[in-house]
Amino acid sequence: MNPFSSGTRLRDMIRAIRACKTAAEERAVVRKECAAIRAAINENDTDYRHRNLAKLMFIHMLGYPTHFGQMECLKLIASPGFPEKRIGYLGLMLLLDERQEVLMLVTNSLKQDLNHTNQYIVGLALCALGNICSAEMARDLAPEVERLLQFRDPNIRKKAALCSIRILKKVPDLAENFINPATALLREKHHGVLITGVQLCTDLCKISAEALENIRKKCTDGLVRTLKDLANSPYSPEYDIAGITDPFLHIRLLKLLRVLGEGDADASDSMNDILAQVATKTESNKVAGNAILYECVQTIMSIEDNGGLRVLAINILGRFLSNRDNNIRYVALNMLMKAVTADGQAVQRHRATILECVKDSDASIRKRALELVYVLVNDTNVKPLAKELIDYLEVSDQDFRADLTAKICSIVAKFSPEKIWYIDQMLKVLSEAGNFVKDEVWYALIVVITNASELHGYTVRALYRAFQTSAEQETLVRVTVWCIGEYGDMLVHNVGMLDIEDPITVVTESDAVDIVEIAINRHASDLTTKAMALVALLKLSSRFPSCSERIREIIVQFKGSFVLELQQRAIEFNAIIAKHQNIRSTLVERMPVLDEATFIGRRAGSLPGAASTTTVPSVSLPNGVAKPVAPLVDLLDLSSDDAPAPSSSGGDFLQDLLGVDLAPASQQSAAGQDSKSGNDVLLDLLSIGSPSQTSSSTVDILSSNSSNKAPVLPLDDLSSVSLSSKESSNAAPMMDLLDGFAPSPPTENNGPVYPSITAFESNSLRLTFNFSKQPGNPQTTVIEATFTNLTSNTYTDFVFQAAVPKFLQLHLDPATSNTLPAAGNGSITQNLKITNSQHGKKSLVMRTRIAYKINGKDTLEEGQVNNFPREL
Amino acid sequence: MIHFVLLISRQGKVRLTKWYSPYSQKERNKAIREISGMVLSRAPKLCNFVEWRGHKIVYKRYASLYFCMCIDEEDNELEVLEIIHHFVEILDRYFGSVCELDLIFNFHKAYYILDELLIAGELQESSKKTIARLIAAQDSLVETAKEEASSISNIIAQATK
Repeated sequence: MNPFSSGTRLRDMIRAIRACKTAAEERAVVRKECAAIRAAINENDTDYRHRNLAKLMFIHMLGYPTHFGQMECLKLIASPGFPEKRIGYLGLMLLLDERQEVLMLVTNSLKQDLNHTNQYIVGLALCALGNICSAEMARDLAPEVERLLQFRDPNIRKKAALCSIRILKKVPDLAENFINPATALLREKHHGVLITGVQLCTDLCKISAEALENIRKKCTDGLVRTLKDLANSPYSPEYDIAGITDPFLHIRLLKLLRVLGEGDADASDSMNDILAQVATKTESNKVAGNAILYECVQTIMSIEDNGGLRVLAINILGRFLSNRDNNIRYVALNMLMKAVTADGQAVQRHRATILECVKDSDASIRKRALELVYVLVNDTNVKPLAKELIDYLEVSDQDFRADLTAKICSIVAKFSPEKIWYIDQMLKVLSEAGNFVKDEVWYALIVVITNASELHGYTVRALYRAFQTSAEQETLVRVTVWCIGEYGDMLVHNVGMLDIEDPITVVTESDAVDIVEIAINRHASDLTTKAMALVALLKLSSRFPSCSERIREIIVQFKGSFVLELQQRAIEFNAIIAKHQNIRSTLVERMPVLDEATFIGRRAGSLPGAASTTTVPSVSLPNGVAKPVAPLVDLLDLSSDDAPAPSSSGGDFLQDLLGVDLAPASQQSAAGQDSKSGNDVLLDLLSIGSPSQTSSSTVDILSSNSSNKAPVLPLDDLSSVSLSSKESSNAAPMMDLLDGFAPSPPTENNGPVYPSITAFESNSLRLTFNFSKQPGNPQTTVIEATFTNLTSNTYTDFVFQAAVPKFLQLHLDPATSNTLPAAGNGSITQNLKITNSQHGKKSLVMRTRIAYKINGKDTLEEGQVNNFPREL
Repeated sequence: MIHFVLLISRQGKVRLTKWYSPYSQKERNKAIREISGMVLSRAPKLCNFVEWRGHKIVYKRYASLYFCMCIDEEDNELEVLEIIHHFVEILDRYFGSVCELDLIFNFHKAYYILDELLIAGELQESSKKTIARLIAAQDSLVETAKEEASSISNIIAQATK
């Protein structure tokens, strides 16, 4: 005989394992035992098989692998004796579950045992089947179980009933076969059978409409009678719990009545009396009684309306809510949640108590209460409720704050009656729990702020004050930095002071810069915050000329940053401040108003495709200065998945616009670096915001580098027209045009008179340029652009944008209108001023982009103007 | 329905697990870890319910043992609390003032009792007396089988002498 197999007894093994002081020791003991058991299995040892399996179960419970014992279970189940089968089935349920293939092998043994003459063996088989059967086994063995529902011994009938529940869960289409035997169980007297029978019927009703109809028609009255008898039954020691006879049966009967009463007035009517009796007569000083009341309330709220009963139910919940027992309060909150839809008004009456529960010391109760408050908020009570919640935010637990903050933000955004209130509440939340605020929330806040133009000054001042006390809240810092960057001048000059505002102590320009400097040097600031601070600094450098030098110094520090994004921006921004004073103010114009509708649509994720194509043109700019549109796109895209598409298209556009400028850049090698960085700045002035943009902006740089070459071609042609031997296809039309102009030197002699040109013409639109020169300033040309509508539709939201190469400087005046009437019934004119630093050497060249809406549909037209008179 | 039953000691040792819904071994270990973390750390006198991955854990502490049951969102928490108590009373009656050690050394008996109380995650019997009777009857079946076996082996032993 194997030296191990006689081994230790179960009791000794457990002792040995418990005596282990370290996990390693325990593992060693378990390993030794497992080795012995494996050896015994290999020997096919039958004497100690059941002991070995018991040991394996214990080892399994400790979390060690025991799969090698699975076959042993099957062998024990197949053996004839009850003790072996008992331990075998227990092992089967513990060591296996329904997903193991091995389980199929047991089907045959189960079938035999279900037909065994010993009822305890039948019971074992039913129990195993009920706990772990798979769909296939359920199908195979369903007839046996169905038959056992009528077995003579009630203890087998109840097991068969629960086993049927499992079978129906696995194979719902067997429901039909079980309806009749199941309803027969409802007439039993034995509590075990009744409990399981009622449960089986409840499950049947849920999966089969036929069963529901059948049981509702035939059994409702019987069930009501059973419940009545039970509620009125005299003391019976066997089933008594805290003075109530069998609360488990009570609860199951109430549950089945709920399923039957739902959506059926007659059935509901027939159970009204007994429900009223249970609701009023049940003792509520013990758990059992409260459990029944809880179930009863749930049934009353679910069945067809009966005013009187509902009042009774809500009153019970009110009593629950003021109970000192936390369990009772928890279920009350749970139930009120469901009652809100049925009777919102009644639940509102308990609002104050519910609000108290939000502040409970118990996390489970807080969570429930918060969810309930969230559904109770409406337009009329939003202000006091939000105030309560925000006040509580100050003292709440750290781990509850995330939930609470999310809910407050959602409430405030959903029900805010006015913008100023929304901004106020959000600032409070940001100052208290800014670190828990999600990205979408502060994006949304910024969108609202930009739209509330009359509140810009108020907001930036409020943020300034909040920052003084709560600089550790990341999102507050971000919003503050952004707003100071945009509206810093309003902070300093107290623009747009509201009556309600506290008079603010004078803030100097350098105070505003201090804030941004603190933000950028904060140890805790992450990349996004720092990058936003850099952009804000750039903007402030233009708004506050007096601080320009100081800002440059701050920016210069970041030229050595290890973070590529910051380093790159710092270098670019430094170049802008140092070398490009003339374009800086244009570059850092205030952000256009962000479109709320677009943003909301985007958040809701509705038609992301449509939203992304409309973003660019939908900016309602006053027709004027060519503004960088890309940043807007980027800002809005931070939260959405379709970010790459629009941002790259926006980038492309600007790249196209500025692509022209790379030609001279490559010719004048000295200025090459600068022009590139200037280009990049425009490309992703604000895209810097999110780390996810890093890769795309790098791509931008690469692509703009590569495009160095493409635009060179036409311009080479332009400057070397006389060598018109080149036959590049895209240069050909241009050369024709220029050739046309070439033999017209007289214009130069005739002084400042230049022929008008048609700069752009399509099927729908014509753009003509008239030129004039200011006397004594030959470099500067004033162009009057006239737009004419060639179609019969009116164009709205008309925006003209233009870009020129580096050696030119462009200034656009506002257009006369942003609506272009149909069919030439009027026109828009807009003045452009171009200064040519290479006057006499190079001709003007320009790219244009015209966006407008026809009947609300966005249209975009782009073109390049190469046919300027040469001598401009 | 009850998805699983866990008995966890105050030290976080698992004393009994019963799974009525399919969970892989990995998920089981994870669930045990998460739930014992949540339940053991809760102060006394708080409510006996915690929410866990869209389900609810109803737990109650008896001496050094936490009895936990995982139920659906819409189940009656108070009733499950009563079921736990029911189970404890039956164990108590069977072992004679049950303690943790009884459940360690006779874990299989605890499982047998649980199998008479719950099947497929539903309550099977509300009478403590009936359950005690059924367990006793099965135990005696095992005893007689043992006696028979030993008497047979005695006979064999005598015959082969």
